[in-house]
Amino acid sequence: MKKRFTAIANALIVFAALLALWQLVIWIFQVAPFLLPSPLAVVKATVGKFPMLLHALSITAIEAGGGLLASILVGIGTALLFAQSRWVRRMLYPYTLLLQTVPIIAISPLILMWVGAGATAVTLIAFIISLAPIIANVTQGLISADENLVDLFLMHNASAKQILFKLRLPNSVPSMFVGIRIASGLAVIGAITGELYAGSARVGEGGLGYSIFYASSQLQTDYLFALVAATTVLGFGFVFVVMFLEWYFLHKWHESARGPDSV
Amino acid sequence: MTVSETALMVELDGVAKKFPNGRSVLDPLTLEIRKGEFVTLIGPSGCGKSTLLKLISGLTPPSQGTIRVDGLTPNNAREIISFVFQDATLLPWRTVFQNVCLGLELEGAARARQQKRADELLRLVGLERVSGAYPRELSGGMKMRVSIARALSTNPRLLLMDEPFGALDEMTRDRLNEEILRLRGEQSWTAVFVTHSVIEAVFLSTRIVVLAPNPGRIHATFAVDLPIQRTAELRTTTEFDRIVAKVSRALREAIAQ
Repeated sequence: MKKRFTAIANALIVFAALLALWQLVIWIFQVAPFLLPSPLAVVKATVGKFPMLLHALSITAIEAGGGLLASILVGIGTALLFAQSRWVRRMLYPYTLLLQTVPIIAISPLILMWVGAGATAVTLIAFIISLAPIIANVTQGLISADENLVDLFLMHNASAKQILFKLRLPNSVPSMFVGIRIASGLAVIGAITGELYAGSARVGEGGLGYSIFYASSQLQTDYLFALVAATTVLGFGFVFVVMFLEWYFLHKWHESARGPDSV
Repeated sequence: MTVSETALMVELDGVAKKFPNGRSVLDPLTLEIRKGEFVTLIGPSGCGKSTLLKLISGLTPPSQGTIRVDGLTPNNAREIISFVFQDATLLPWRTVFQNVCLGLELEGAARARQQKRADELLRLVGLERVSGAYPRELSGGMKMRVSIARALSTNPRLLLMDEPFGALDEMTRDRLNEEILRLRGEQSWTAVFVTHSVIEAVFLSTRIVVLAPNPGRIHATFAVDLPIQRTAELRTTTEFDRIVAKVSRALREAIAQ
């Protein structure tokens, strides 16, 4: 506990020093505020536009969260299908790779055309970008059950359903979380990138990505900084929630479970 | 069915096994195991002893020949067979208690019966105090005990064990050997046991089958005419040493072939 406290204190000291240096550079070189605002200006913008910032943050959080949730459900469903036979995997797995390699920026205009600008399009983009790692990791977990355990289940006349839900699915949980952890970061990136293209149905109102785009076009650089900080907070928030859930579900039995405590 | 037939637990008649590529794992082999016997298969790697267990359990079909377990095909006899694997093969996400429940649970037994049986067996193997623990909290010997408790939970008439104590240290192995004999005395199952250890084989068995490798075949068979009631002291008797020497010699010949 004390060690952790010291680690946090050290990080804060470095952070404070960087802020001081930043402020100093601005005072000494008289940098134009629209190029680089001072930390104080950023704080002022954050406080002044806090309701707006929070609104943008909540929009993006819902889009990224919705996309992630959808990709978890669809990803696990697809993996359950993939686990049924090698034949199904061979037929369909290349499409998962396609999903992983297609640049999201390239398909955003298409999605925009199909579903129109707004939260639905952004959620869809977050979903598409975060789906592949979940399919890949859950499939891996499902098919990598110990052969002896499969034999054991067979010896007890277990049905295919029992083998799937009492053996393969629980066996996949650790790698499922590896997939979800990667996907959660991608969902946030997807939502923000998506918003740059399809962020808002109404001018001046939208999530973090849209607001970043809007603030930069208005040269509100101080608010832009606040928005960037908010995206970081959002990304951290997602990873933290996923890591907590991972710890909650795995710490009792799995060696690799690393909780918030062990970081 | 005649009396002599019903007294047989396992019948292997001209049973052979080939790999898909045509290489022979087991040459045609005939072996009968009577009810109540404790038969150990011993031999160097490649002699097909694990394959033989898988054949008896029905997990893999023979390339030729017939197998009967208690007069039935292995697949139909699954209810009376339990398998103990080389590793404890516990489900890591389940507690010890839930692991012991697994067999009856899969067979659709009522929850109350599963739990009553799991309690009994954990007491039997002396693990009632760790019933709420997860496998990763247990030592290798304790895990193996859980595995044995799980195997016995379904009241098997035939217990197939594939080097169950191979990964344990010698002291733990000796203790578990004594425990297996005690359990066998209290219940009455027939056992087919695979091991690399001659001492373990002699201590446990009523009969030892020495297999030769490449392809697997029976090299020699020994009846172990030691008393049924065996204690740790048995290992230090001259009679015990004499049988160990005899089996070791046969095993050396089998390897040299």
